[in-house]
Amino acid sequence: MTTLRINGRAVTIEVEDDTPLLWVIRDVVGLTGTKFGCGIGMCGACTVHVGGRPTRSCITSVSSVGNAEVTTIEGLDPHGQHPLQRAWINLQVPQCGYCQSGQIMQAAALLKDFPAPSDQDIDGVMTGNLCRCMTYVRIRKAIKQAAAALREREHG
Amino acid sequence: MRKRLLISVIALGILGILGFGALAWRPAIAPIAPPAPGAFARDLVTKGAALAAGGFCAECHTAKGGAEFAGGYAMATPFGVLYSTNITPDPETGIGSWSERAFARAMHEGVARDGSLLFPAFPYDHFSRLSDEDVQALYAYFMTRAPVRAAAHENGLPFPLNVRYLQAGWRLLFFRPGRFKADAAKSAEWNRGAYLAEGLSHCGACHTPRNLLGAEKTGDSYAGAVVDDWVAPPLTAADPAPAPWTERELDAYLRNGVSDLHGSAAGPMAPVVQGLAGLPASDVRAIALYFADFDHAAERASSTGAAVARAMSYAPLGTGQQTDPDARLYMAACASCHYNAGAPLAVRPDLALNTALNLPDPSNFIEVVLHGIDAGDGIPGVVMPSFGHALSDADIARIATYLRRTRTTLPSWPDLDKRIATLRAKSQASEP
Repeated sequence: MTTLRINGRAVTIEVEDDTPLLWVIRDVVGLTGTKFGCGIGMCGACTVHVGGRPTRSCITSVSSVGNAEVTTIEGLDPHGQHPLQRAWINLQVPQCGYCQSGQIMQAAALLKDFPAPSDQDIDGVMTGNLCRCMTYVRIRKAIKQAAAALREREHG
Repeated sequence: MRKRLLISVIALGILGILGFGALAWRPAIAPIAPPAPGAFARDLVTKGAALAAGGFCAECHTAKGGAEFAGGYAMATPFGVLYSTNITPDPETGIGSWSERAFARAMHEGVARDGSLLFPAFPYDHFSRLSDEDVQALYAYFMTRAPVRAAAHENGLPFPLNVRYLQAGWRLLFFRPGRFKADAAKSAEWNRGAYLAEGLSHCGACHTPRNLLGAEKTGDSYAGAVVDDWVAPPLTAADPAPAPWTERELDAYLRNGVSDLHGSAAGPMAPVVQGLAGLPASDVRAIALYFADFDHAAERASSTGAAVARAMSYAPLGTGQQTDPDARLYMAACASCHYNAGAPLAVRPDLALNTALNLPDPSNFIEVVLHGIDAGDGIPGVVMPSFGHALSDADIARIATYLRRTRTTLPSWPDLDKRIATLRAKSQASEP
C-alpha cells in the first residue's frame, strides 16, 4: 500500500512498486486525460508533473515518485483555464487531440523556466512531444500567446 | 647443529604467534543490562540523532526493506560479502548489553564488546577521530531506539580472511587511532568541516582509493574511487567537472542535492545528502568550506564563466531540423528536461557541465540512464524516469557517445557497450 499525492489529494493505492505511474493515474485513480503513446518515454503523450517538473509517466515507476506531488492535466488549473489551455482553445490547436495533454503539461513547465521562450527554446524543450497531426506551428504559437498572457498577469 | 637451528626457528615462530596474539587480544567488556531509555537526557539523544544522520549509520546498518539499524545490509568488498550488524539495543542480537565504554571502544578502536576485532568495512579508522562527547551522544541515541531482534548474517569471507584475529596485522599496518586534532592555523569553521569530513561523515571511505588490502591510501586522499559500480569522483583539483567546486557549489549540492553547475546527487551519494540534512546547515557549510579549500577551488573560480559559456553555446545543438539520428534520439529522450539556454538551471541539469559526462569512466552516466533518480534522491521531489526498459544498450551507447562528442572536448568512452551490458545485468540480478 502506497499513498500518492495527485492533484492535491492523497490517493491510497495497492500496486507493485514497478508499476508505471501512468497506469496508476489512468487505471487506478481514473484520470484519463493523460494518454498512453509509445510506452518508452519517446513521444511525450504521458507527460505529467512530478514535483512541478515535466515527467514521462509511462517510464516512471510509482515507487520512484514516493510522496512527491503529481499534477495531471486535470489538476493544472482548477477551472481548466490555464493560459495555455485558453490559448489552445483560442487558436484551435488540436486536430485529433491525443497528444495535447502531454503537450500542455510540457509547455507549462517550459514557461516556468523560459517566461519569454524563443523558437529555439520551444524546439529544444518540446521536440520530445510528438504530434502526428503536425500541429507544431499552432503549438508554438499557442505557447507564445500563453507566455504573453502569463507575463501580463505577473507584470500587468 | 641442524636440530638446534630448527628448534630456534620453531621457538621464534611460537614467540611470533604469541606476540601477535598479545597484539590482537582485546579483553571482553562485561555485558550490562540494557539501560532504560529514560536514563538518557533528551538533549543528548537529539544530538545523537543528528550525528547518526550525518554519519549515515542507517545507510549501512539497515538491510533493504528491513528494520532501521537492525543490520543485514550486504556490502560487496573485493574480499567477499560482508553483512552489517544489528545496532539496535536488543541485548542478544544487538548492542543492548554494551556499556558506554564498550560502544566507545568500538567507535574509537574497532573492537566489539566481546573483544573481537571488527572488520574495517565499519569505518572505525574515521570514527576514531570523533570526540568523546559525540560518541556519548551517539550511544544515547542508539540505546533509546526500539530494540529489534535480528541475528547477524554470516559473512561471506573466505578463510583465512574471516579470522578476526588476523585483523591485528591490518591494524598494525594501517590503523592510526586518535581523536581529531584541530589545525590552529585554520579557522574554527574549517576545523569543524575537517572534523566532520574526516571523522563523522567519513568522506574518504568512498572518495579515497584503497590499496590491495582495502585500506585507504594515505598519500592519495580523495583522489576518487569506484564504489558499488559508481564512481566517487575525486574531490581534488583532478575532478574533471568543467566548473570548479567552489564553496557555494558544494554547499548547494550537499544541502539541496543539486548544483546548477554540476548536476544532481545520485546513487550512493543520494543518501549522503539525505543524511547531512540532519546536521545544522552551518555544519554542511563547514564541510563545503573544507573541501573547497582542499582542492583550492577559489583559485580556479574564474574559470566558471568560461565553462558555463561553453556549455550554453551548445543550446542550438538540440533544436531545429536534425539529420543526425543520434541527435534525434537525444532530442526525443533527453532534451525536454536537459535543454538550457542563457544560464544553466538547477532543475534542468546541464549535461555539458555534468560531472558524470566528464568522468573518464561512464558508469555514473549509464547508471543514471538505466535507473533514473527517485524523487527522494537528488533534486527534492523531482524524478528522472528510469530508461532501462525504454532504451536498448545500443541506444544508451549512442546517446553517451553523441553527448561526449558534442558536449565535451574529451575522447569517447571506450568499451561502452560492454560496460552498459555489465551494469544492466548486475541490476537485473539484484532485482527481487
